[in-house]
Amino acid sequence: MTREEIIQPSNLVYHKPTLMNDVPMHYCPGCSHGVVHKLIAEVVEEMGLADRTTGICPVGCAVFACNYIDIDWIEAAHGRAPAVACAAKRLNPDHLVFTYQGDGDFACIGTAETIHSLNRGDDIAVIFINNAIYGMTGGQMAPTTLMGMKTSTCPYGRQADLHGFPLKITEIAATLNGTCYVTRQAVHTVAAINRTKRAIRQAFQNCMEHRGASLVEVVSTCSSGWKKTPVEANNWMEEEMFANYPLGDIKKKDIER
Amino acid sequence: MKGNEAIAHAAIRCGCDGFFGYPITPQSEILETLALEKPWETTGMVVVQAESELASINMVYGGGAVGKRVMTSSSSPGVALMQEGITYMSGAEIPGVIVNVQRGGPGLGTIQPSQSDYYQSTRGGGNGDYNVIVLAPASVQEMADFMDLAFTLAFRYRMPTMILSDGVIGQMMEKVVLPPYKPRRTEEEIRRECPWAANGCKGRKNNVLTSLSLDPAWMERHNQHLQEKFRTIRENEVRYEEYLTEDAEYLIVSFGSAARIAQKAIEICRQEGLRIGMLRPITLWPFPAHQIQALSERMKAILCLEINAGQMVDDVRLSVMGRCPVIHYGRMGGMVPTPEEVVEVIKNKLTVKF
Repeated sequence: MTREEIIQPSNLVYHKPTLMNDVPMHYCPGCSHGVVHKLIAEVVEEMGLADRTTGICPVGCAVFACNYIDIDWIEAAHGRAPAVACAAKRLNPDHLVFTYQGDGDFACIGTAETIHSLNRGDDIAVIFINNAIYGMTGGQMAPTTLMGMKTSTCPYGRQADLHGFPLKITEIAATLNGTCYVTRQAVHTVAAINRTKRAIRQAFQNCMEHRGASLVEVVSTCSSGWKKTPVEANNWMEEEMFANYPLGDIKKKDIER
Repeated sequence: MKGNEAIAHAAIRCGCDGFFGYPITPQSEILETLALEKPWETTGMVVVQAESELASINMVYGGGAVGKRVMTSSSSPGVALMQEGITYMSGAEIPGVIVNVQRGGPGLGTIQPSQSDYYQSTRGGGNGDYNVIVLAPASVQEMADFMDLAFTLAFRYRMPTMILSDGVIGQMMEKVVLPPYKPRRTEEEIRRECPWAANGCKGRKNNVLTSLSLDPAWMERHNQHLQEKFRTIRENEVRYEEYLTEDAEYLIVSFGSAARIAQKAIEICRQEGLRIGMLRPITLWPFPAHQIQALSERMKAILCLEINAGQMVDDVRLSVMGRCPVIHYGRMGGMVPTPEEVVEVIKNKLTVKF
């Protein structure tokens, strides 16, 4: 039997999303970004929105997200993606506008833009990758770095007197009147991947239906930054990250305006 | 009406799609006028009070990136905060308009008028090799007239364009003829005029607007492309006005509200028989260097009058290249020179033997 004979529509159980570009990814082995990218590509494709979607990519590892998903992209300055998205969505209200941001971008340098965009109820979706570290610049402490966790800028572990506490930006977002959907997911198992995909779809639907701001946090691995193998990183995430950043929906509520 | 109000009305009338701003004296009337006019109910123009100037300029970045005519306004410290967004717009070649109603600095400075952001405006202002087109209105009428021009230039060259006004022009009231209403562009028009916009890849390859590349060879080519564009602008978009220069032996170079003061001082000196005129740069970048060079051939001396410590005088001296003496006069910190004060400078400093 040849490959062509096996690959028939009737036998097809899986295919690469057509919106995923056929280029090598720069992400490290074990990194969560690639999986989340694939989910976004699948959801945009399934919703039939490819020709009226604008993605806003961040500064951080996902700065090159625009290389991998075949939609229009705007590369924002560090932390400013929600402000960029606010304008893009208000000026094209029937388009899907989402940002894709890491913890340093979304929860540190862009905190003001984050809070105010969500609080205005901008009809945007935010995909927030929380790996508790600055991946691209080489593993420095992030606002979401866990207590005691070692990074290149807290080599003896994060301690409260020197560095303050992990920022639970997602819980803060849930308190804002402008958010309609706030959830925390992960992509470490097939079941978790399926849940994250449903969450992304819900967020994108909210954006199209003008229901307010949606936030999907994806607790993620950074095996390089954490100095762990991919398997160790997944285990560590389950034991340590999930204890501090528990998975599940935090808010689902129609906003009043 | 006030200059600030004229800007707001002109924006609505010239098909502006969105305004994003943060309150700061002396330009808050722009956002206030827009809020009062509710253009979202008439033309569909979006008006957002942002959480900071940083957010404002990044909203302009996002709005320009989807091909819309969008703008912000602020005053000096706020525009300092916007420099991040302006350099990103330059790098990613995103059009947009920034109005700066200048006040005195440095730092929080004062709420009184100044022209001390000349360097910040004409040298780029943020990181990297770039310029923005800078228009300097000298009347409320020009505040209104330059709005559409600023958008036209921003989109012609895909870059940020600044209207560099000051607290005098923003706050003073003059008669103004507002431009006729022009509709906002339709989606089809935007898709035709802005094939580069990231507004959904319907019927075309996807667009990515970014100022990033890790490949230095690519980035050098990109910089060369930007410099080529800036060269084209220097050749084609210089705007200036001459006043009584035909028989002049002395010249004042002055812009914006300072040029109004210079004009009055020239009238007084002319009555006393002194042959003096003015060149008023309307575009501060691109600077009318060739015109000033040509005039300097037949001038005994040039006075650069600006409401700052001496910034444009650098560009005047670079244009004159020593052909005649160039002096500067200015006030700082929110103080504005009087015509009489300028007449004294002309008599005692400009027309003496050098």
